Amino acid sequence: MSDRDLLDPGGSATGGEQLPPELRDAVRLRGEPVPRAADGVDGDELRSPGEDIPIVGGAVRFLDERTGLATFGRTALQKVFPDHWSFLLGEVAAFSFIVLLLTGTFLTFFFRPDATPTTYTGPYGPLDGATVSSAFASVMQLSFQVKAGLLMRQVHHWTALLFVAAIVTHLLRVFFTGAFRRPREVNWIIGFGLLTIALGEGFSGYSLPDDLLSGTGLRIAYSAALSIPFIGPWFASLFFGGIFPSPAFISRLFVIHVMLLPGALIGGISIHLLIVWLQKHTQYKVPGATERNVIGLSLWPGQTFRSVGLFFLTVAVVTLLGGFFQINPVWEYGPFIPYTAASPAQPDYYIGWLEGLLRMAPGWQVTILGITIPEPFVPGVVLPGLLFGAMWAWPFIEARITGDHREHNLLDWPWEAPWRAATGAAFAGIFVVLMLAGANDVIGAWLGIPVETLTVLFRVLIFAAPVAAWLVVYWLARARLERGSGPIEPPGGVALRRNASGGFEELHDRATIEASVGTAGKR
Amino acid sequence: MSVGLDGRPDREYSAPRVRRRPPTPAEARAEVIVGALFVLTMLAGLALLLVYLVGGDTQIQGLLLTLAFGGIGAGIVIWAQWLLGTHEAIEDRHPIMPERDDASMAGEAATREAEAGFTRRHLLIGLMFGALGGLGAALLIPVLSLGPAPGRDLFVTAWKKGSRVVGLDGKPVRADQLPVDGVLTVFPEGSVGDAMAQTLLIRVPPDLMRLPADRMAWAPEGYVAYSKVCTHAGCPVGLYRASQHRLICPCHQSTFDVLDGAIPTFGPAARPLPQLPIQLQPDGTFVALGGFPGPVGPSFWNMTSEGGS
Repeated sequence: MSDRDLLDPGGSATGGEQLPPELRDAVRLRGEPVPRAADGVDGDELRSPGEDIPIVGGAVRFLDERTGLATFGRTALQKVFPDHWSFLLGEVAAFSFIVLLLTGTFLTFFFRPDATPTTYTGPYGPLDGATVSSAFASVMQLSFQVKAGLLMRQVHHWTALLFVAAIVTHLLRVFFTGAFRRPREVNWIIGFGLLTIALGEGFSGYSLPDDLLSGTGLRIAYSAALSIPFIGPWFASLFFGGIFPSPAFISRLFVIHVMLLPGALIGGISIHLLIVWLQKHTQYKVPGATERNVIGLSLWPGQTFRSVGLFFLTVAVVTLLGGFFQINPVWEYGPFIPYTAASPAQPDYYIGWLEGLLRMAPGWQVTILGITIPEPFVPGVVLPGLLFGAMWAWPFIEARITGDHREHNLLDWPWEAPWRAATGAAFAGIFVVLMLAGANDVIGAWLGIPVETLTVLFRVLIFAAPVAAWLVVYWLARARLERGSGPIEPPGGVALRRNASGGFEELHDRATIEASVGTAGKR
Repeated sequence: MSVGLDGRPDREYSAPRVRRRPPTPAEARAEVIVGALFVLTMLAGLALLLVYLVGGDTQIQGLLLTLAFGGIGAGIVIWAQWLLGTHEAIEDRHPIMPERDDASMAGEAATREAEAGFTRRHLLIGLMFGALGGLGAALLIPVLSLGPAPGRDLFVTAWKKGSRVVGLDGKPVRADQLPVDGVLTVFPEGSVGDAMAQTLLIRVPPDLMRLPADRMAWAPEGYVAYSKVCTHAGCPVGLYRASQHRLICPCHQSTFDVLDGAIPTFGPAARPLPQLPIQLQPDGTFVALGGFPGPVGPSFWNMTSEGGS
């Protein structure tokens, strides 16, 4: 038996006859009996649900006597979360967002979104007496004179990097396991929208300090906006408040960064989570898992403890990064001056693929009947739109290809759909090559190869890498699929079967375990 | 029979009771570890306060924050993994598609009937969309206030006929300031630092120049001036590789041949950097013979419509 607290089986909660057929033979690999989560007790008006759980009992009763919410609360407390590390990637993203809101609020108390020129005076000698924007001066003051200001700024920046990384890995998990299939296409679309907004948040954030690097990024964004046929000049002028560099823009960017986009993220995350709640989690094909159930830890206390612990650990990681690893040292770049440029200039990594598109594109520009299609339009607007559009629409594209419009709650292992895994790898290959191409000057200097040679190489790789990735991953997945799934090993536990006399017996070999699952209910 | 928290006897439901027993050695060890981690958080928090008060060092504060958050985080996770147990629960999943019963069918029929009062009136629906379109047009008003019309600002710069060529210090640039293969950022007098008017003055050996015949006069004695705004994405073209007489944009590596009218030789730029016609004055300074012959900076769709103006 387990060495943990024992659940007294004297109650009726796990009585075999009330269980649905697929649960009747309680085979658990974790070495635990199976209490049913949503175990309703009928005809029991006197009691508030949840009272038996000591910590939450009082609060639940208080609320329930006034709102009747406890019925929902009980369901909520016992909501089941599959216990697998890959389900925590999205949580890391959500926790990063909380850290971003908190540290970002601190930063707003010191940052001045103002392009008015001023003279910097402060402890940073090399810039003492330099003419800088008020915004840049406030960032300098925050970094050098406000206690813990630099720490907060660096934690904010590192957390932004983690935020996007967590979203992307979460997205990869969802993609490669087929979690986006019906009925979860909606949440794929919302999640992808959240990623897009997060990219905008990151870009607008590192553009705010008005240093040389951020000014360079904004100028490129302005040029991409300007390149849109017919509406480009109007759009760029209205959005940026005139021809770049416009003094009006920094306060707009500030409102976009601290209000519009965070508001959109809060709304989007809320809907994202609400839909997860309503649809319930997907789950891996662990023994006992079916399309009609969810196996895992209940929200209270198992999942709550793990999530709260994960939150604190996430904060621990970003404070370590923010404390020890310098990021975005704007004093080294200097203030934005329109006639100077930083070299080498690198955006944050999640913008690198856009930079790569711009760098590797050939200088093709046509003018027909007086209408010019500016060069940056295709690599800077059309191709990013197509790449993101294809991934956005992927659930529908896949359903169209496979003809599979059924609901799926059990996840595929990545190799179970070789062509999907291969397509995902091909897309990943495109983005990896683009990111590398966005750093061609740094890589070239590092390897001692002329940038021109590297760029030509990347122009070949952008076609070769996805094809190679597709073939290799397809072959690997097929090989894995043909080898079949390995024996089911209870990870560090034992398999138990409830027997007819009400006791439990240990199962030792795989055949017996599978037979027990397969013959559920036939004693 | 169990007793509820409110003290009333519970008649119909007997909750599974948790049987208390002494902790196993493994649990006792976990309890010690969790306790130690919580103490670590406590101490790190106090130390952080102390460090902050005596001056505050970014690295030490970061480390103490890490210990504080890491301690409580690890403590809670260990608590969950070793002391809470992993009682797996199973929850039923109900089909998402709602079932239709007679009552809901009747309700739908009533709604459909009511809805017909809307869908039948095609003319009114058309007019309603017209009204919404009018409202949309009205909403454009605040949008148009966001910025000036692009107008001719994209086509012209501060350079005009007779503009004196000055350096960053605002003083006229003298020809003898610039050695062969030297390069200087210049502006029209009165517009020092202007983003659109920034120009590069480069001196190359005159006999190497391969400019079109009608533009040779724009580059007196090997002094040639090109717009510094990259025709790709607008970055300042800040790098000059004198050995090859190439200008290189640091943003996307567009490369321009200075000897050959700054036509792009590599990278994403599709247009040459516009050349500024300049004239060497008897006193060794320069003036512009006119503005740039075309728009400077990144391309836009109607850039050829007013070209040459």
